[in-house]
Amino acid sequence: MALEGLLWCVAVLLGAGVAGLALTRRRGAMVLVYGASLGATLVALVIAVASLLAPASLGASLVLPVGLPWLGAHFRLDALTAFFLVVMNLGGAAASLFALGYGRHEETPGRVLPFYPAFLAGMNLVLIAADAFTFLFAWEFMSLSSWALVMAHHRRPGNAAAGYLYLLMASFGTLALILAFGLLAGASGGYAFDAIRQAPPSAGIAAVVLVLALIGAGSKAGLVPLHVWLPLAHPAAPSHVSALMSGVMTKVAVYGFVRIVFDLLGPPAWWWGALVPLIGGVTAVMGVLYALMEHDLKRLLAYHTVENIGIIFIGLGLALAFEANEMSGAAALALTAALLHVFNHSVFKSLLFFGAGAVLNSTGERDMERLGGLIHRMPRTALAFLIGSAAISALPPFNGFVSEWLTFQAILLSPALPQWLLKFLVPAVGAMLALSAALAAACFVKAFGITFLGRPRTQVAREAAETDRWSLTAMFALAALCLLAGILPGYFIDALAPVIHALTLANLPRQEQLDWLTIVPIAQSRSSYNGLLLFFFIVLSAGVAAEVIHRFASAAVRRSDAWDCGFPDPSPATQYTAGSFSQPIRRVFGSVVFRAGEEVHLPPPGDVRPARLEVRLHDVPWDVLYAPTARLVGFAAERLNRLQFLTIRGYLTLVFGALVALLMVLTVWQ
Amino acid sequence: MIDPLALDVAHLFAGSLVLVSFMLLYQDRMTGLINIFALHALVVSLSVAWQAYIQHAPHLYITAAIALVIKAVVIPFALHRIVVRLGIHRTIEPVVGVGLTMLAGIGLVALAIMVMLPITAQAGTLAREDLAFALSVILLGLLMMISRHNAVSQVIGFMSIENGLILAATGAKGMPLVVEISVAFSILVALIVIGIFLFRIRERFETVDIHLLHEHRGEQP
Amino acid sequence: MAVILDMLVQFCQMTVVLLLAPLLTGYVRKMKAQLLGRRGPPLLQPYRDLLRLLRKEVVLAHSASWLFRVAPYLVFAATWVAAALVPTFATGLIFSYAADMIAIVALLGSARFMLALAGLDVGTSFGGIGSSREMMIASLAEPAMLLVVFTVALLAGSTQLSSIAAFMQGPGVGLRVSLALALVALVMVAIAENARIPVDNPATHLELTMVHEAMILEYSGRHLAVIELASFVKLLLYVSVIACVFLPWGVAVSGQGFAAYLTGFAAYLVKLAAGGFLLAVFETAIAKMRVFRVSDFLGAALMLGLLATLLLFVSRVT
Repeated sequence: MALEGLLWCVAVLLGAGVAGLALTRRRGAMVLVYGASLGATLVALVIAVASLLAPASLGASLVLPVGLPWLGAHFRLDALTAFFLVVMNLGGAAASLFALGYGRHEETPGRVLPFYPAFLAGMNLVLIAADAFTFLFAWEFMSLSSWALVMAHHRRPGNAAAGYLYLLMASFGTLALILAFGLLAGASGGYAFDAIRQAPPSAGIAAVVLVLALIGAGSKAGLVPLHVWLPLAHPAAPSHVSALMSGVMTKVAVYGFVRIVFDLLGPPAWWWGALVPLIGGVTAVMGVLYALMEHDLKRLLAYHTVENIGIIFIGLGLALAFEANEMSGAAALALTAALLHVFNHSVFKSLLFFGAGAVLNSTGERDMERLGGLIHRMPRTALAFLIGSAAISALPPFNGFVSEWLTFQAILLSPALPQWLLKFLVPAVGAMLALSAALAAACFVKAFGITFLGRPRTQVAREAAETDRWSLTAMFALAALCLLAGILPGYFIDALAPVIHALTLANLPRQEQLDWLTIVPIAQSRSSYNGLLLFFFIVLSAGVAAEVIHRFASAAVRRSDAWDCGFPDPSPATQYTAGSFSQPIRRVFGSVVFRAGEEVHLPPPGDVRPARLEVRLHDVPWDVLYAPTARLVGFAAERLNRLQFLTIRGYLTLVFGALVALLMVLTVWQ
Repeated sequence: MIDPLALDVAHLFAGSLVLVSFMLLYQDRMTGLINIFALHALVVSLSVAWQAYIQHAPHLYITAAIALVIKAVVIPFALHRIVVRLGIHRTIEPVVGVGLTMLAGIGLVALAIMVMLPITAQAGTLAREDLAFALSVILLGLLMMISRHNAVSQVIGFMSIENGLILAATGAKGMPLVVEISVAFSILVALIVIGIFLFRIRERFETVDIHLLHEHRGEQP
Repeated sequence: MAVILDMLVQFCQMTVVLLLAPLLTGYVRKMKAQLLGRRGPPLLQPYRDLLRLLRKEVVLAHSASWLFRVAPYLVFAATWVAAALVPTFATGLIFSYAADMIAIVALLGSARFMLALAGLDVGTSFGGIGSSREMMIASLAEPAMLLVVFTVALLAGSTQLSSIAAFMQGPGVGLRVSLALALVALVMVAIAENARIPVDNPATHLELTMVHEAMILEYSGRHLAVIELASFVKLLLYVSVIACVFLPWGVAVSGQGFAAYLTGFAAYLVKLAAGGFLLAVFETAIAKMRVFRVSDFLGAALMLGLLATLLLFVSRVT
């Protein structure tokens, strides 16, 4: 019943895509397409939430006679799928709502409208697929439709290169996944997930499948060093699509990893719990450091997605470590932390991308160094962006803090692990997590402060106007969800319980019966957190302080020039820029991570040319991995190109040689 | 059975030795380096004296006294004199930067612990901890030798390795006195020889910076 | 009835924290002055400063926004709530289970976030200097603090301050290297977070030496009073945390009765006085560091915290 409903939603989305293709020139096309998407995703969201909250109804499956003739297309709705469907359709609904307002400014709707619902449909299909072929088909469909969306503004500089790199990395990832599923299906060739579950692979094959899943799903999610396409492709797409790609598509990649490694692969080995958190930790720190060096708002947000994916993989890796040592309770905690962060991140990252989209719409600028003072011109957008920034910096009482707190609690269970490498690695990964959290706060002080605060640096910033009601509604709905998930985390943790139970066969204590809505992940004596009380106290204290102050203090306020130590400068160019804000952090971390270097060119005295400060950053994975690989491929391609220019006799020789070689192989084999 | 508080104090001394090794890595000035090395030797002698007390092994008191007199007083004094006489450049540049060196140090301590604790599973608690810490001190001393350009700091690194060996030997229930005396004398002789070499190098090349001396290796004109 | 009594004790603790905070700062200033051979300002001077500021008019820059006006109250609220959750004279108070050490660190992070934004709000270069340096210091101090929390939590089996204090008073602790390292790291972080010498000079008028002062440069009147009170409370919070975790003797347990609370309060005053005196001695004995040496200093604190966590696995190995 629920599964049929979901398939109908997918059908509606595909239909909306076709309608978008057919009706592009008409006026109502945008409203029709985005409205249909909104409706379909809302229905899917309701179905998924209902399934998650009534776990007895989960487990339905369906086989459709499409696809490979001997396989069909299997679909299944279990707890993991239901959770990720909630995440995906929430993001999709919010993006569609946002797009109802944002889409009016689209110059080439014909390049966006057909592919947007197709993208949503593809993601939904990946989540409900229950056999390898359907999964991979839907995965490729998702990649291709998002590629089309990335290329929507292909005439802008850099977008074509971004699209090309995206296509390359997506194909590479899909290849890894095909190999992984091939190894999982084994010699018997049973591609349905149920068949794979019945036949867990040997330890060696499992190790190879893990690495392939890390490469395949990790490249889509953005793990270092496979992250290089993300900051180029995500910003190139229109803002609502960027929100979907960063907030939702990366989570679909995480779903792929969880499905393969936790569900299909059987019991994990202990060293998986060392490899995955280490990759997660390195990704988190490098992602946020890259984000700090950016001054393009959307690229900063895209790099920041890399950091959060790192945090999610830290949680997943910890769950693997605990699971390998049969500590199911601890594994349940780590997995809850990771999945809660999946939900939280999709909410606040979408919110932040919507804010960036609103700014882009109003000013036409993505570069923070040409903005400033927008809090006066766009106050509501600023408030929503502020809430998103506070949430992503893991500040109580918002939701980002809850998932990070749960991850730390999982890390503190590490002494119980028997392997020495794990005992040392987990606190080191904890240190990396703490470092990335602190740097994330710095990053968002920079992003919000330089863009919205201060004085406007250019004319467009001075004349910006507030965005439309649809965009604001979408943003504030997500902001309210951020606050709600932070104040009432117990309900969300309980909603996750069927998923955790399915994957680890263990459970956290039920949270909703606890006093005052506290959450207690392990035991009362060990640790607890009460978001509602903290929020209540903060509001109460601020209120009491304001009330007391206003009663007893002078209420006089006078507007005047800024003090600025007695030297106020009317030019807004003297304010801090994005580059100057991150300079201390670049000095501290940059020489190691980016081989950062500063060069100052000072012309001699009397020369009227300006002085120049040049900051050079090297992307180390690019220089070490990608550039040499690209050179190697280019070199091989040059050599192999000779094949294009052979004579007829040459080609005949090739055919003859191939035939003889195959016959020889046949004789030897017999 | 050894009293837990006594164990904790021994453990405290050994841990302080590791901490002082880190402080040696952090130093970037010559006088500071030599003074911290004197502190290193002091902590070793205190640790050995405490071991003598709890193991009821009076010959270790002599070891402690030798460590105190020779390594905490005589050698630092001699090094200060050498530095002043040769006019050696007073700051020490590390090869890769303090932060990375310290991070590598932490990794080495983790490695030492990971290696030592499982291997010595049959031994007593005191010996296990002291051996793990001693290996850390030895590795940190080696790190100091390879991460500095300056010859004097390499000498100090070498001598801190020797302190780590003393910690290991005393932790494993005592070392014969005669061995300790001969080791100490050999260190003293080594120091004298190194001092003479430093004088000669300084006379010939006007510097003791290893980096610059490297060019004069071999048969190059 | 018991619930009402518990709430009263908690409320008492919140007011005590608020009332004692300016006194602690006044005491530190007086001690610093006396160590330098001066008489120093009276102990109650910070209270007078706050009252004076309250009576003054607020001068707002033309480019200041609503965030500038709201931020002081949010900074104060976050800091006060965090301080109210730290056991001072009694552990196990009714709301102390709402937040553990990690939540307290994050609350202080929220306060810092709002303050840094307020620094950037007016759009002057001083505010930018303060905000960017503060975030650099925080990017190293916060992980160091979290590693100290890890060390103590791995030892005590809990991140709740009440449980940690109970564990530290018990027999299972002994003299541990990890705790000594954690204490040193925590003291270094506390100095950095409270803008004390050698990281920042709280009494400076020079931009070159400003971090905290630069962020609040544009504030005046009642807003400045609220922010100053918040920084006093933050200093009290850090001294209380050090006292609660590393010197837990004399602290009452919730429900033990009025006499136990009084003893706990007396013990707390003694610890505050000792902490304040040591801070004054340290600030007088050492010079301020260059801004980019602060990262080495805090990097060392981070390394000490990591080392403390690692060495935990060596001690008491049986």
